[in-house]
Amino acid sequence: MEIQGKGYLSPLTEEAKTSLWVYLKEWLCSTDAKRIGVLYLAFATFMGLVGGILSILIRAQLAAPGPSVIQDASFYNALPGFHATAMIFFFIIPAFTGAANFIVPIQIGAPDMAFPKLNLAAFWILPPSALVTFAGFFFNSLPEFGWTAYPPLSTHAYSPIWGADFWVMGLILVGVSSTMAAVNFLATVFNMRCKGMKFFQLPLFTWSVVVTSFLILAATPVLTSALLMLTFERLFPGVFFFFNPEGGGDPILYQHLFWFYSHPAVYIMILPGFGIISEVIPTFSRKHIFGYPLMAWSMIAIAVLGFLVWAHHMYTTGIALEVRVGFMFLTMLIAVPTGVKIFSWLGTMWGGSLRFDTPMLFAIGFIAMFTIGGLSGVVLASVSVDIQLHDTYYVVAHIHYVLVAGSMMTLFAGIYYWYPKITGKMYNEFWGKVHFWLTAIFINVTFFVQHWLGVQGMPRRYYDYDPDFALANMISSVGSFALFAAQLIFVWNLIHSWKHGEDAKANSWYGDGFHFEWRMPSPPDHHNFHEPPEWEPIIRHHGGTHAELWERDVDGYHG
Amino acid sequence: MAAQNASVMAGPGPGEESLGVTNGKIGMWTFLVMDAMTFAGLLAGYARLRWTPGSDWPFPIEAFGVVGIQLTAFNTFVLICSSVAMVHVLAYQMRGNMKAAQGWMIATIVGGLIFLSIQGFEWTHLILDKWPFLFDSGYEAKYNLNFAATFFILTGFHGMHVAIGVIYNTIILMGMRSGKVTEEHTSTVEIAGLYWHFVDLIWILVFTFVYLI
Repeated sequence: MEIQGKGYLSPLTEEAKTSLWVYLKEWLCSTDAKRIGVLYLAFATFMGLVGGILSILIRAQLAAPGPSVIQDASFYNALPGFHATAMIFFFIIPAFTGAANFIVPIQIGAPDMAFPKLNLAAFWILPPSALVTFAGFFFNSLPEFGWTAYPPLSTHAYSPIWGADFWVMGLILVGVSSTMAAVNFLATVFNMRCKGMKFFQLPLFTWSVVVTSFLILAATPVLTSALLMLTFERLFPGVFFFFNPEGGGDPILYQHLFWFYSHPAVYIMILPGFGIISEVIPTFSRKHIFGYPLMAWSMIAIAVLGFLVWAHHMYTTGIALEVRVGFMFLTMLIAVPTGVKIFSWLGTMWGGSLRFDTPMLFAIGFIAMFTIGGLSGVVLASVSVDIQLHDTYYVVAHIHYVLVAGSMMTLFAGIYYWYPKITGKMYNEFWGKVHFWLTAIFINVTFFVQHWLGVQGMPRRYYDYDPDFALANMISSVGSFALFAAQLIFVWNLIHSWKHGEDAKANSWYGDGFHFEWRMPSPPDHHNFHEPPEWEPIIRHHGGTHAELWERDVDGYHG
Repeated sequence: MAAQNASVMAGPGPGEESLGVTNGKIGMWTFLVMDAMTFAGLLAGYARLRWTPGSDWPFPIEAFGVVGIQLTAFNTFVLICSSVAMVHVLAYQMRGNMKAAQGWMIATIVGGLIFLSIQGFEWTHLILDKWPFLFDSGYEAKYNLNFAATFFILTGFHGMHVAIGVIYNTIILMGMRSGKVTEEHTSTVEIAGLYWHFVDLIWILVFTFVYLI
């Protein structure tokens, strides 16, 4: 059997050409950032499906009041936490890390990441840590404290099960993996930029990865410290009382530390998405991004503010009113840089010659629907309103508009956008569009009614609910099944097109791609560049029309 | 095997010169930011538990006894000396005197080992004599139990860093002996030094918080 391939997909040794096993080994042990990126994406896709199945189980149970699909309420209680864990730590964050692995070194004109072996190690920590985190499923010992793991529910007294210990340790491991990746990205972007690639020439996706890496670097260790304290408290119940008032501890302390990570984590999950959208929209509008410096600064502003708002998750814990008002103000302030981004994207599209391929559809859908999530965030930021809405389905609706209509839509935009570059094949455009429309419609069917449920007072994470809520829950459940089914189209399209798709051109999007990744063959070769590239700076000034700039810069890269 | 990239051990390789330093140095600095935040999380937890009204927190000098504080003060001195020795390693290496560099590296490692031994002695003493209530419910604690708990997690996490640093330095020493780390590999030693000084710096903070104030 002869194993063929192009670019970085080609076998590296003679042996690998004939033996599938050797070829596979070359992939699994590769220190090439592009291959590691693909591994990340494959792993994330798998875990995304796992998380999706968990959410289907939740929605199946909630389709009608009373015990139905799941008879065991304890089992149900474990599901929301594991759904969140799978989606946040093993789907969205690794998926963005994978895309960044592939694209960032190319965009800055580097042959690879700064630390290729560290890169491989960071990936290989992930699958074992997923096994550890989900170990409870194999032992039938599932923690029921949700993904937030608030003590005292998560202490030894109330969750005296092994599955909980494994879950906590698994999360510590994921944190290690993602900080390793963050160190690597920062060293890469700081130090491996090619000639002419100054900081304010960096493509915005690379910018977003830099800002995200800083967030990971500063926030994740705080979660690690909280989880370490929790682990010690669980393993030595008579000695450590950090969060247990019985021994002088403080359960609110855990919430402070947890949200000091988990609020920035929301930005860790959305900023790379912003970066992707800032790549997609200029390409399909045939214009440079509107307000580039502000686009970069607004991401920095979001990151800085993101560290100062964590207590808005804790309005109901009895912290002082003055403190809550301060956090409310800071939280609402985040809407400003976010608004700058939204309007800059619209400004980029304004007057452009738009093409509506699947990545662009996802980008536009993202702008529309993420704005809904952003606005419901402003609603929740208000102290007096939040006290009513805390822990209701309104919060569930908000977070899913931000993470599904936000992060996931951007991820789809990015994957469709770079699919020709990664695989060297075009995906099936028709099924891509079908996937977009089904996703966009059923996200709204699934999650929009949840706003209403929340305002009416339906609590989140409950096994059973008032029969008055039955209709809206049924709508939401049906929507979620259709949404999940639509994702199967996506997965099928990716796999099928890799084998049967048309060959992609170097600059796959009508010659309109602008950054380095579109100036090399699809798929790229093993070391990205055959000779050190040089970046011709984009001069962004008022004057020359956008179209002229674009034509001049792109000239010579068509085809 | 797969594509290997430019070595990170020697000076800046191709495509690594944007900031004029090695990747390794930037990697270590960013790692230290991360590590500092881990300690910040633990210290913030400590501060919150201690400075809460009615926390029943003892005054450390009374709880440890004067001898305990003095022993640890001596230990702090040892760790600082070890850090100074690390500076000499780099200084001699840059002048090309690898023999002296090796000697100072041994001094650095011995300093780390003395620190760990004294800390091990202190832990044993505290667990067995001072805080018997930890593992025997027959004894009653005189003050907030978290005084002991935060002590163990802070000094333990720091001690783990010292142990890792000792191993790290030993590996470099072995490299010097086998001729793999020569006078040209100053960045290897400099990066290890960054870590070692950081561990020292963190200890000053931990010592101040846990023992002095």
